[in-house]
Amino acid sequence: MADFFFGLPALVQALAKGAAVVLVIFPVAAACSMAERKVCAWIQSRPGPNRAVPPILAWIPGIGIPQRLGLFQLAADGGKFLFKEEPLPDHVHRFYYTLAPVVAMVPAFTTITVVPLGAYIGMQGRVVPLMLANVDVGMLAVFAVASLGIYSLILAGWASNSKYPFLGGVRASAQLISYELSMTLSVLPVFLWVNAPGSPGTLSLVRVVEFQSGHLHSGWGGAWFLITMPVSAFIFAVALFAETNRQPFDMPESESDLVGGFHTEYGAFKWSLFFVAEYANMIVGSAVFALLFLGGWNVLPWVPLASLLEGLHRLTGSALWLRPLVAGIISMGILGGKVLTLIFIFMWVRWTVPRFRYDQVMRLGWQKLLPLSIANLIAYTVGIYFLQG
Amino acid sequence: MAIIEVKRRPLTFAERTYLPQLFGGMWTTLKHLVGPSETMEYPEQRPAIPPGYRGVPTLVKDPHGREKCVSCQLCEFVCPPKAIRITPGSVAGGAGVDNVEKAPQAFDIDMLRCIYCGLCEEVCPEEAIFLQNQYSMSGYSRAEMVNHKDRLYELGGTLPDKHFKWEVKKAAEEAAGGHH
Repeated sequence: MADFFFGLPALVQALAKGAAVVLVIFPVAAACSMAERKVCAWIQSRPGPNRAVPPILAWIPGIGIPQRLGLFQLAADGGKFLFKEEPLPDHVHRFYYTLAPVVAMVPAFTTITVVPLGAYIGMQGRVVPLMLANVDVGMLAVFAVASLGIYSLILAGWASNSKYPFLGGVRASAQLISYELSMTLSVLPVFLWVNAPGSPGTLSLVRVVEFQSGHLHSGWGGAWFLITMPVSAFIFAVALFAETNRQPFDMPESESDLVGGFHTEYGAFKWSLFFVAEYANMIVGSAVFALLFLGGWNVLPWVPLASLLEGLHRLTGSALWLRPLVAGIISMGILGGKVLTLIFIFMWVRWTVPRFRYDQVMRLGWQKLLPLSIANLIAYTVGIYFLQG
Repeated sequence: MAIIEVKRRPLTFAERTYLPQLFGGMWTTLKHLVGPSETMEYPEQRPAIPPGYRGVPTLVKDPHGREKCVSCQLCEFVCPPKAIRITPGSVAGGAGVDNVEKAPQAFDIDMLRCIYCGLCEEVCPEEAIFLQNQYSMSGYSRAEMVNHKDRLYELGGTLPDKHFKWEVKKAAEEAAGGHH
């Protein structure tokens, strides 16, 4: 099987890998919508969606568990979005109206190409990342492509040719500009530290994780950036909430004052594309946060993946742990666990914090976060100068 | 009463960052997240009905299994939304049912009109109509939502009787030698 795969032309291999990633992310993003409803329900002391079950499956013992978790409700909703009538209002700009949901999906899935999803220990103990494109521009590519996602919101708002969607689109662009600055400035200290003088400069996320995989005796090298740069992590997290348009920063949607914001005029499958794109953005954003500040695929601070596998190998005496496939699965599990935890925190915050008013969002972005991130950058620049001499 | 002066202190730095409040709020929601659900999952779980609950009006029989309603039509006349329609009739007679002279030939309560006010129960001199615990009425047509006499007795069943009005009256009459 492996030989067959590696015998294929490089382009086919790349397409297969890309399709595999998209085929995993898409259902996970869809499942997040059900997780959102369940977390919301539990926080509000409700059971949440727990009724739907196909009658032909109802006799299976134990079917109650997925039923009570709302998995069939998720399938029913997905099926409904797929098969219901596609409304196309008369007053919209048809081409751009249809284009906008596609434009939403493309950047959401494109960013995944430069995000490492795991790693295995290759020859000579080298850590090889599992990713679609191991490029040096890593973080820059994520910022550049993720920002394109905002065009879909603006496009949807404008193409809808209606008052509230337009306001939603305008707010989306204003919010993105305000928080993109703080977000970019907050990760600069990380890369300042990673790119020590003398080493080849890189913006790769893999390098950031490698930097965080040190042992206890390697001092700061093993500490996650969350420990060494809590302010950066905090600013990045807040900006991430704003960038993914999550509550308390749901300005583009603003259900309470803009009906549905940019997607007011959308329905059926086009609407669900926006929805999935939002969750895909969340997944990628959480993955980037985990890689930058939570040590990526390292299980604990000062315990890198290689030591974990070696420890397991010594503990059980089984050589199984040293196989690249097992290492890959474990590393993906660790990173996946971190991503899912972060997504849960996204939901937890959403159902806790009341949403900001538009002027509060702008004030927080420009008057609080931006000066804070600039001060943070200056402080760390000076600190890193003295640390690395 | 002394005047208590409440100090209006400015917000502290921690409070102005919102963060303690934010984490406090998240702690509260976390407690709800892991706490029990407050929802009653209705068709499987039913609420406890308190005494005196005014559910669907029903007709009841006395402990001897006899109809109590004597079709006096007071409930029909008192009913504010005019949900009750009674066709009076006389009792066929025979053993066990000779305590009264009349009984309803037909007794219809239109549940699409009923407002569950309980005036019928209050006005009934025979204690024959009661608003009991049944609260869930549904049907596929308007006709189905009219409770006829047999359905009303089926819903009502038999309730204990505290007075045995007619037996007491009959016994008193016999004790007095046939005089009222």
